[in-house]
Amino acid sequence: MKRMSKLFMAFAFAATVLAGCGTGSTSSTPAPATTEQPKQEASQAAAPSSEQTTSSEPVTAVGSTAMQPLVEQAAKDFMAKNAGAQIQVQGGGSGTGLSQVAEGAATIGNSDIFAEEKKGIPANELVDHKVAVVGMVAAVSPKVGIDNLTKQQLIDIFTGKITNWKEVGGADMKVTLVNRPKSSGTRATFHTFALDKNEEAEGITEDSSGTVRKIIAETPGAIGYLALSYIDDSVKALKLDGVEANAENISTNKYPVWAYEHMYTKGEPTGTAKAFLDYILSEEVQKKTVTELGFLPVTDMKVERDAEGKIK
Amino acid sequence: MSHQGTEGTLLTNNVQTNNIENATAVTAIQQKLTTRNRNIYRENLFGRIVALICAALLILLVLSITYFIASKGLSTFFVDGVSIKEFLTGLKWDPEDEPAQFGVFPFILGSFLVTLLAAVIAAPLGIGAAIFMTEISPGFGKRVLKPVIELLVGIPSVVYGYVGLTLLVPFIREQFEVLGFSVLAGGCVLALMILPTITSVTTDAIEAVPQDLRNASLALGATRWQTIWNVVLHSALPGCLTAVVLGMARAFGEALAVQMVIGNTTKLPESILDPISTLTSGITLNMGNTIAGTPYNNALWSMALILLLMSFAFIMILRIMGRKKLSNR
Repeated sequence: MKRMSKLFMAFAFAATVLAGCGTGSTSSTPAPATTEQPKQEASQAAAPSSEQTTSSEPVTAVGSTAMQPLVEQAAKDFMAKNAGAQIQVQGGGSGTGLSQVAEGAATIGNSDIFAEEKKGIPANELVDHKVAVVGMVAAVSPKVGIDNLTKQQLIDIFTGKITNWKEVGGADMKVTLVNRPKSSGTRATFHTFALDKNEEAEGITEDSSGTVRKIIAETPGAIGYLALSYIDDSVKALKLDGVEANAENISTNKYPVWAYEHMYTKGEPTGTAKAFLDYILSEEVQKKTVTELGFLPVTDMKVERDAEGKIK
Repeated sequence: MSHQGTEGTLLTNNVQTNNIENATAVTAIQQKLTTRNRNIYRENLFGRIVALICAALLILLVLSITYFIASKGLSTFFVDGVSIKEFLTGLKWDPEDEPAQFGVFPFILGSFLVTLLAAVIAAPLGIGAAIFMTEISPGFGKRVLKPVIELLVGIPSVVYGYVGLTLLVPFIREQFEVLGFSVLAGGCVLALMILPTITSVTTDAIEAVPQDLRNASLALGATRWQTIWNVVLHSALPGCLTAVVLGMARAFGEALAVQMVIGNTTKLPESILDPISTLTSGITLNMGNTIAGTPYNNALWSMALILLLMSFAFIMILRIMGRKKLSNR
């Protein structure tokens, strides 16, 4: 018993030390393992760094959960091509991403919005890399029975002036708003480009796109907004002023409710981070991964928009 | 140890008749038994130090978490200059407006409403189940009901939330012809989540009631139900209250499941069929999107501080009740 417990403690201690090494220092080689079991794990962990080709510092990309699937997939492909490169992708929200990269805690900060739009971020210290475009669309439950709204109607609905769908030619059904939290990047985009910055009335508030879609689909008379990739048969995507939200209309800004997906670095990126960002902007990722995951390639955009929303 | 002892004495009896090998073994054992074991001191010391380190770490952890949340949470008042009264009683929550509005009263009210509702629903159910398990059908209760209720503990809160969103919300919508996302839905989901806590703590309290009391009551001619209601429950009452408060403490801090079914509006509700926000849902929905150090982010920390203080309050209530229970005996 005595021996067992000591052994166990030794294991626990070794595990803690090893775990500490992994996250803490940048170019650590794992301590030579003396016992059988940890040896395998350690050698697995050590494998990439032993045959490194590019610079060895691990890159962390933190932030927007909407971008997470895209960045994760790109990181996976990038690491498969570049042995030795290490890229860790984490969620946490756009705000977290921006503050982490500004503090230098993360190499790359993923954000759904321009750094200039968030108070408290030294935007002039950050370098913006726009890697994709996401279109957002107002969606209603299919029972509402409409497929188009004018911008004014949309504003009247979201500000609470129109409370029944029959006022805009739909079924006799009460309007239920599904908002995002005030701090959400999706809400900011919709607020600016669809509602012309009119204050939304109170409604149900949910953050996760999956939950929002479920609520819109199941609540009679519900309206909310979703990224294009979340649109499926359970909800009805609305045209805005007769313009459908699709890749072509967005690329010319004919359909105005879209936003860039940003990857911010503090100063110009170097080493692995630079290689990774170049890779994401390469034809291969833009045409394949970006499109597959429901984003639009930033390289296809025929217009450019700045932080104030002005079109160039 | 005792095994070694008998062996030792047996061998001592035979030592003169047997061979020398045995004799040396015996002396070794004798020595072991009669001299003091130095290792014990070392082991004792080792064990004590390990235990002490664990305890110190735990205390340090609690203190540093408290300090961290307090320092972040208080900066709303001392750095951003929001008045505490305005913060606690204000009805308007719009931290990105000009000027920013930091009224968290709707959140506080929401937290209390869902917690109270959960307690009101879960307390009778939990206490009833506990009576059934201890007094009415101990066999079936212990074998079937108890494991079933304990299973409820193991279900992750996101699953409760999702079930609530898929079944409860549409049910309320159809029954009452309202939105469905409501205080009621939140209360029901929470009630289910705190039911195991209330049941198991109440069961312990009822089991601790001395059998003599039951016998005396029955001997006086009371029926079984009269005994349960007037004698057993009466003397187990402090335990039952502890159970309910423990459950409420858990309900107050629950975030995910509640967030999915209450709708998260910052408007004051007119009835329990209206949607509402809680402190926890306010924090989880916004924390990731705000920038550390901004008034918005600090306000969320202040809400976390309120949650922490509330859980301290719950613990205080429990301790006071525990002391009363002891002095009653």
